[in-house]
Amino acid sequence: MSTHQITLTVNGASHSVQTEARTLLVHLIREQLNLTGTHIGCDTSSCGACTVIVNGRAIKSCTMFAVQADGATIETIEGLAGAGLHPLQEGFWEKHGLQCGYCTPGMIMSAKALLAQNPNPSEEEIRYGISGNLCRCTGYVKIVEAIQYAAAKLREQQTQEVPA
Amino acid sequence: MSDQLDPLRALDEAGERHLPDRVERHTPKPAGSSAIVETSHEVRVTTPATVCGMGHRMKRKEDPRFIQGRGTYVDDVKLPGMLYMDIVRSPYAHARITKIDASEALKVPGVLAVITGEDLKQAGNLHWMPTLMSDTQMVLPIEKVVYYAQEVCVVVATDRYAAADGVEKVVVEYDPLPVVVDPFEALKDETIVRDDKELKTNHIWHWEAGDREATEHVFRSAAKVVKQYMHIPRIHVASIETCGMVADFNKATGKLKIWMTSQAPHAHRTVFALVSGIPEHKIQIISPDIGGGFGGKVPVYPGYVCCVVASIVTGRPVKWIEDRSENLQADSFARDYHITAEMAADADGRITGLRVRTLADNGAADAAANPSKFPAGLYSICTGSYDMRAAHIAVDGVYTNKPPGGVAYRCSFRVTEAVHMIERMTDIMAHELGEDPAAFRLKNFIRPEQFPYRSPTGWEYDSGNYHAALKLAMEMIGYEELRREQAEKRTRGELMGIGISSFTEVVGAGPSRDYDILGIKMFDSAEIRIHPTGKAIARFGTKSQGQGHETTYAQIIAEELGIPAEHVEVEEGDTDTAPYGLGTYASRSTPTAGAAAAVAARKIRAKARTIAAYLLEVSEDDLEWSVDRWQVKGSPEQHKTIQDIAFAAYTNHPPGVEAGLEATDYYDPPNLTFPFGSYICVVDIDTGTGEVKIRRFVAVDDCGNIINPLVVEGQIHGGLTMGLAPALFEEIVYDENGQNLTGTFMDYLLPTAVETPKWEIGKTITPSPHHPIGAKGVGESPTVGAPPAIANAVVDALWHLGVRHIDIPITPQKVWKLLRDHGITE
Repeated sequence: MSTHQITLTVNGASHSVQTEARTLLVHLIREQLNLTGTHIGCDTSSCGACTVIVNGRAIKSCTMFAVQADGATIETIEGLAGAGLHPLQEGFWEKHGLQCGYCTPGMIMSAKALLAQNPNPSEEEIRYGISGNLCRCTGYVKIVEAIQYAAAKLREQQTQEVPA
Repeated sequence: MSDQLDPLRALDEAGERHLPDRVERHTPKPAGSSAIVETSHEVRVTTPATVCGMGHRMKRKEDPRFIQGRGTYVDDVKLPGMLYMDIVRSPYAHARITKIDASEALKVPGVLAVITGEDLKQAGNLHWMPTLMSDTQMVLPIEKVVYYAQEVCVVVATDRYAAADGVEKVVVEYDPLPVVVDPFEALKDETIVRDDKELKTNHIWHWEAGDREATEHVFRSAAKVVKQYMHIPRIHVASIETCGMVADFNKATGKLKIWMTSQAPHAHRTVFALVSGIPEHKIQIISPDIGGGFGGKVPVYPGYVCCVVASIVTGRPVKWIEDRSENLQADSFARDYHITAEMAADADGRITGLRVRTLADNGAADAAANPSKFPAGLYSICTGSYDMRAAHIAVDGVYTNKPPGGVAYRCSFRVTEAVHMIERMTDIMAHELGEDPAAFRLKNFIRPEQFPYRSPTGWEYDSGNYHAALKLAMEMIGYEELRREQAEKRTRGELMGIGISSFTEVVGAGPSRDYDILGIKMFDSAEIRIHPTGKAIARFGTKSQGQGHETTYAQIIAEELGIPAEHVEVEEGDTDTAPYGLGTYASRSTPTAGAAAAVAARKIRAKARTIAAYLLEVSEDDLEWSVDRWQVKGSPEQHKTIQDIAFAAYTNHPPGVEAGLEATDYYDPPNLTFPFGSYICVVDIDTGTGEVKIRRFVAVDDCGNIINPLVVEGQIHGGLTMGLAPALFEEIVYDENGQNLTGTFMDYLLPTAVETPKWEIGKTITPSPHHPIGAKGVGESPTVGAPPAIANAVVDALWHLGVRHIDIPITPQKVWKLLRDHGITE
């Protein structure tokens, strides 16, 4: 099995790591970079627990080789909070958008990518936007509310930053 | 229906000769209580927001770590020198093993060991283990495999990729045997699944509840009898986190430290001690953050035992994490009940009796997780919410070449099967009599003044107000208007259905005289310690898997002691520190450990009174409790807060009184609790595709007093979704060779946010009269109640075409075929 030296930027920090060609991105993130907030739930790209943002797009890191991410900029759940919680994290907490917490990081990262594309999604657009992420605990109602909360807050922040 | 369509008829014809009782007939005898309980619609709040006791919508205390990716699940545990284990699994459902050759696997770089059944046998007969139902199950086989994907041997390597490489290189030779997948075929005993047993039969047990003769009598005099066969198919809990373990046996100390996806860490520690011979004080099980359980993390799976053995053999920590296919193919399943039910009614349309015959397909071992006296769980709750004269239930368990089980699926011990049956039968009877299903239910409900109600199968329902719940649901959904709309649409050929389910749950196992698992009584525990500065730590024998115990238990303690919930740290899951308990499943945490929290807190309050009296120099009798303090009656300015008292307990405790402020309670409930609710579902059916579209779903739940409305809403939403799933999507399917055809999330369909409707929920509150805080438990009610509401709605839409019943999951294919069979072609 060939090994490769790759460089990637994860949550703003640059990493240069040796990896086997077959290593999945999720294993590199979890086991070499020790960022265990990204989870594994299904191995078939169905559940979305492993969702991270690669170069601005939400992807399922269990179905991407680490070497494919060479040179990429990656965001994981650990990089989301700044000085305080990100509006999505706040929304999930406020609205009870999580129970066991296992799908939550992937769900939040999918929602982040959704809101970047569509800052004011309808309920239906939110439901389709997170349809690649399975949650077994919440029944999605409060996840939708959490994303609506975050969308409103992000729009408000943007308005304050760029006065009309 | 004709007897030809009644597969269960064979069971009765077989008679006692083939089906001997192997389990003592058991009719549960719960304890009595006689309080009359009022129903309200408002959540009771008695503490200020600063204290955040019961009834407050407190944001969950556990959430900050989860929303920041800082939880610790088993796969996040990483120890120095840790190895990885992977499992070789059988490609056959039934086959003799003729050879296991690990030589090539051992040449794979990084592979350190391959462990077989023979190795386990040499290590002290560890190749077999007991199930929680006192049956036996192979850890690793020596002679034959009995289900597809069964664990055959394990490979231990330096990383998970090398372990998987090793699995590829193990050569196992099999001699295939005839496979029995159908439980009715299994009853013929032509292929014996468990030839290790003395009795060469696939029949495991026979169990009855109720009164056979009285029931026969009621049926003889009935004006109307309806009969239906139904199958509640095999499904899988499929928590998003699969099962796994890190085992670390330290040869120097002799201590085995385990991180494990366990819903019942204490019970598992005892099982491990009994099976392995390692003294129980040298085993520490830590159940860290758990990514959903739903019953699937109650059993002990072979992988866990192998992981422990691998650590002992290698002297290094070993991690084993299932992948999703292993989880869906080999872990314990739920349901798989074949039911023939008959319901009798008198000339006034009152239900008089119920007669149920059931075949339980347990797979290759009875590895259910029921209380030991209840091989069919609490299935005899199946007379449900209806007052009837007599009922008789008989259940037979059978082995087949399928994975062992069955556990619950977010359900309290077979209650889902019971509720589905009674709610389907009630609907069939209403339709057959030409009565409206809602009016028929209101006429037949147990009336509020009948509680505590003694059911024909021996249960004593603690409290209930079924009429209030159904009437609220009807009002919320606009029932009468919907019926008008349905009639109008029917004239235009449009298919719309309205389905009701008015279920009664039974949770909180349970009273020690009847409830145990492997002999261990089903109490649960709480231990509370108040620190000198008035903050607290509380530990429990249960284990949250997302239910929010860190918040709700803190709120119970806040309610009882006035210590702000923010100041109460809740810990569960470490057997070295937590008091012994049976764990979290079957909605038992609030009824048992939640009660223990309240009682332990009250013990602390009693000691606090002694200290307060000493500090205030008054008699204890002169004091009264108010929110967070003991105060002098009539002179509340003279008081000591719980914080004052906590400090004094360590700095100025009364002479003759022990220092410190702590208490433990092992709560043995006097009865189970009986949550209930009424659900109404409206569906529209696409006549072209057969797709069932849920237009609205209203759920009114009554779980007694509410600790945290936010958490309860979340539990209900989640439970409803896990009721929707088996109603429309999920089923574990096998082919005739016993191969699992639904071994990934691409074939086993969990509902996404798109398929899941926007649940509308309402509540009534009828407290439990025997529970210290009047709570009942809620996590599973919706899973139990939702499937028949959906199934009833679909059948309601199709009844006029001649459709009487559809087995779940109600897939578009099934509906499409039914529509074609009944002449609807577009």
